Amino acid sequence: MQSPVEIFQHSGGVIGVSWLMIALPLLGAAVLLLGGRRTDRWGHLLGVVMSLAAFVVAVAAFVELLGLPAGERRQAVGLYEFIPGVADMGLLIDPLSISFALLITGVGSLIHIYSIGYMSHDPDRRRFFSYLNLFVAAMLLLVLSDNYLGLFVGWEGVGLASYLLIGFWQFKPTAATAAKKAFIVNRVGDFGLLIALFTIWSVFGSFAYKNLGAGAVQDAMAGGSLSQGTVTAIGLLLLLGACGKSAQLPLQSWLLDAMEGPTPVSALIHAATMVTAGVYLVVRSGAFFEAAPTAQLVVTIVGVATLLAGAIIGCAKDDIKKGLAGSTMSQIGYMMLGAGLGPVGYAFAIAHLITHGFFKANMFLGAGSVMHAMNDEVNMRRYGGLFAVMKITAVTFFIGYLAIIGFPLLSGYYTKEGIIETAMEHNEILGWLAVLGAGLTGFYMSRMVFMTFFGKRRWADDAHPHESPSVMTVPLVLLSIGSIGLGAYLILGNRFMKFLAPAVGLPAELPEPHIFGVGTVGLATLALVAIGAAFAWFRYGAAEVPEVAPRGSFLTVFARRDLYGDALNEALFMRPGQWLTRIAVFFDNRGIDGLVNGLAAGIGGTSGRVRRIQTGYVRSYALSILFGAAVVVGALLYVGTM
Amino acid sequence: MPWLSTLMAVPVLGAVGVSLVKNDKLAKQVALAVSLVVLALTVVMATRFDPASAERFQFAEVHQWIPRFGVHYGVGVDGIALVLIALSALLVPIVILASWHDADGTGAAAPPKRSVRTYFALLLVLEAMMIGVFAATDVFLFYVFFEAMLIPMYFMIGSYGGVQRSYAAVKFLLYSLFGGLLMLVAVIALYVVAEKNTFMFPELIGAIQDPGTQKWLFLGFFIAFAVKAPLWPFHTWLPDAAAQAPAGAAVLLVGVLDKVGTYGMLRFCLELFPEASKFFTPLVIVLAVVGIVYGAIVAIGQTDMKRLIAYTSISHFGFIALGVFAMTKDAGAGATLYMVNHGFSTGALFLIAGFLIYRRGSSRIADYGGVQKVSPVLAGTFLIAGLSGLSLPGLSTFVSEFMVLMGSYERYKVAAIIAASGVVLAAIYILWMYQRTMNGPTAESVKGFTDLNARERWVVGPLVALLIVFGFFPKPMLDVINPAVDKTLSSVHVTPFTPAVAEKKGAGQ
Repeated sequence: MQSPVEIFQHSGGVIGVSWLMIALPLLGAAVLLLGGRRTDRWGHLLGVVMSLAAFVVAVAAFVELLGLPAGERRQAVGLYEFIPGVADMGLLIDPLSISFALLITGVGSLIHIYSIGYMSHDPDRRRFFSYLNLFVAAMLLLVLSDNYLGLFVGWEGVGLASYLLIGFWQFKPTAATAAKKAFIVNRVGDFGLLIALFTIWSVFGSFAYKNLGAGAVQDAMAGGSLSQGTVTAIGLLLLLGACGKSAQLPLQSWLLDAMEGPTPVSALIHAATMVTAGVYLVVRSGAFFEAAPTAQLVVTIVGVATLLAGAIIGCAKDDIKKGLAGSTMSQIGYMMLGAGLGPVGYAFAIAHLITHGFFKANMFLGAGSVMHAMNDEVNMRRYGGLFAVMKITAVTFFIGYLAIIGFPLLSGYYTKEGIIETAMEHNEILGWLAVLGAGLTGFYMSRMVFMTFFGKRRWADDAHPHESPSVMTVPLVLLSIGSIGLGAYLILGNRFMKFLAPAVGLPAELPEPHIFGVGTVGLATLALVAIGAAFAWFRYGAAEVPEVAPRGSFLTVFARRDLYGDALNEALFMRPGQWLTRIAVFFDNRGIDGLVNGLAAGIGGTSGRVRRIQTGYVRSYALSILFGAAVVVGALLYVGTM
Repeated sequence: MPWLSTLMAVPVLGAVGVSLVKNDKLAKQVALAVSLVVLALTVVMATRFDPASAERFQFAEVHQWIPRFGVHYGVGVDGIALVLIALSALLVPIVILASWHDADGTGAAAPPKRSVRTYFALLLVLEAMMIGVFAATDVFLFYVFFEAMLIPMYFMIGSYGGVQRSYAAVKFLLYSLFGGLLMLVAVIALYVVAEKNTFMFPELIGAIQDPGTQKWLFLGFFIAFAVKAPLWPFHTWLPDAAAQAPAGAAVLLVGVLDKVGTYGMLRFCLELFPEASKFFTPLVIVLAVVGIVYGAIVAIGQTDMKRLIAYTSISHFGFIALGVFAMTKDAGAGATLYMVNHGFSTGALFLIAGFLIYRRGSSRIADYGGVQKVSPVLAGTFLIAGLSGLSLPGLSTFVSEFMVLMGSYERYKVAAIIAASGVVLAAIYILWMYQRTMNGPTAESVKGFTDLNARERWVVGPLVALLIVFGFFPKPMLDVINPAVDKTLSSVHVTPFTPAVAEKKGAGQ
């Protein structure tokens, strides 16, 4: 096995100014927020330009990085002293971070462009673009920072952007509640991440990645300053943070509600980029996880549990966005599974993350295009037969669909198959569960496509669907191209794995990806996907789809209610919390305050009745002053006569 | 030039001037101008401060006051005192501008018109005392300022406050006097036992060696500071006082006066009674951690904006006390920075809440809803202030909270972990309050709201700007604070924190 390479200090070149990637969108956000209504007319254009500019810088930095020999492809750029003696602000440009930067700015820019059309009727479009810019800046800080503290600043920054954008239509109580819920649930994860950081600090006295590589962790363990238990704890705490951000069990509940945000937000933040930050964190912290097999095992278990849970939820949702949200949970579960499998898994996980970024953004924006056409209707039972009226949206969506179910030769096929095969080598139970998840994906995604684009038209009376304007369809086309070819490009010949090696290491034995694999696992996966799709066809393609959802079996209800995740949270945390709050408030008013009031009244020479303090205060005041003065005089006299 | 005496004399003279002016509007303008002069002088003084200087207290002035008892007029600042004086000098003009109409009897729920001149004169007198209390290097002088500060605040709450102002003002005064008396006894005992015939702080360091005596004297000081800060369970006066005080007075009360408590712990308790401080550390840390969680939980349950903000402060004072008594460099510097940042953060929250109350005439959360739609700038600044209350990275409060928690974790892991749960609770109390007031459909009573006017933007703007600038670039403040904290901790004789890796290496050599 080959370890990650050393981190070099860089100066000059495009990489030297890679901070522009963060600064430009941040500037955009600041101008739009401070400029107010004056910038309404051109605000969206500024937003797009800033995002595109960041993309250009990212591409240039990428090219420059490729120009370096593989052993030098980890370049740190120092910026300034952030907290003296604790951490500096600095960026790390390496294959891992630049992959993310390209995804964030590339897909991000397409979504910015799409939003020009999607939000064209919204009076607050400028504010929307300022938040999008803010998000891009924070997300780039998260992935580009060369230390955990900077990562944490970006980490909470994207949480803020997510909060603002989920609650963008804050006048809707549901949107405001969903935004708050997302932030609070994320903070539970952040709590874990914080403790992980403190533990890292107490052992290493540094947050910089360059001091926290595999070598440093091994030395610390060999030297006895880092115990196995501590490193496992660090891994599990980091995982808790990752679960919050990436909507993994048990912190998944916020993501479905987050669909209250405008659809481009769901595409950018809650599908393509932010929710994958947890995967980034686990991969970036590979040094700790590789030293803690227990933590790694838990990562894979969480991944598998979530990939199944998300898929089951996706099977029962009639709301197209919630269906896609369940799917996102599930796909990130795959990535998390991969991230728990060491360097081979990392490469497939990040590759799947990138292809997923394309095909899921593609489908979310497609869903947005459908909603745009259908007066913001999200219920797929009121769709049907839309293929005929919006061909570009339908075809691009269909491509995304084929990619996600792992149709041979498309993007998702290679990346997901890679994760499943790697998992199978580690643990057959997890591997077969991941295969089962693929079958479920085949079902729920086919169901979505059939209900939306095929079958009878079940539209509302006032719906007059039409194809969206080109500012929205062009991004769809570009994203669908990525959904077709990117997977093969990244996986075949282990191209991406080798590219990523300087950042995460390279396994001793490389897998041998085929253009079309004919192994047992691959064929079994395809067979299950086909069965799932066929089942969906019989129930939602060939058969009539009722406009009102049937009551459904126990399992359907279970899935519709998000596997009772919310019910569980309410029973375990919310209601006890409310009681605790009420008791505490009562205790504070009556208990402590009552006691002290009584005491004060007693000292003041009035009766012990609490109410008396309100009437007897002048006396109490006077008595206290008198008493105080007496002590002073007495003491001074005493000292003076000594 | 006697910088510190000038800083105190200018507002006192200004107060005299303000009370002599016949015209209310002119009185306000004079008050604002005077406070701006003080701010400008403070800025100049701060630029002349040398963090690397071997001299601990700079701009020092020492004059005999009561020679018979060794009482001095002694002032001087180290980095800790300097940043707190700067905070005071900054908040006063902001508060004056924010309180422009507080005594006019205008606004939706204003108390009857009172003397405008007196109000602004009281503000300036208070400013002089706030500067004095942080500048005092004589323990007796400190005590005098500590008590005297109560008087202007008592009148500001009692005469210019809300419906229950008398009750709140008296409660505030009684609590403080109770603490103050204990401290007075301890101050005098310190003088007697030390047998140095002086109250000068630098000469009293290390003067008390007997552990038993240290413990008693520590308690006298500590309880006074714990009431002032306030630390759980001495906190119940604060929600009443803060809720009844006019918003501007509440800012100075919670933003500066309460800091005297935590400042006192850091300066006097730790340095004068190091052994006792270590002895009582477990107790104080328990109180601090309980306060963090308890204050946050009770804040969640509040139905009144100002009371809610007051309870969040109780939680935050727990963080500060934890940082002070963790006795590590990171926690101590974090706690000092926290005192300053909390002033910006809570200041902004109270003032914007005050703007809301001025418009609506109620501080009940349930009386609002959907303000974002009608007053987006007001809502936006309220959100930023709120986010600083939950220590969002990118805002200065994050740096201090992170340092306190990290520094406490270096020594007290369990306490730090429990305290860190505050980050989740803070998200709940802030965002829930924000949602109830600003989000949702616009309430009928809110529909006529105007957005922030120019004066109000000048009030909020500087605070928001400082929160953001120091959020990304806290170095200028930490460079001043760090050496002073080092110096303080060196008097306490604690072993500094070393990371496990370095420790092993050191042992190996």
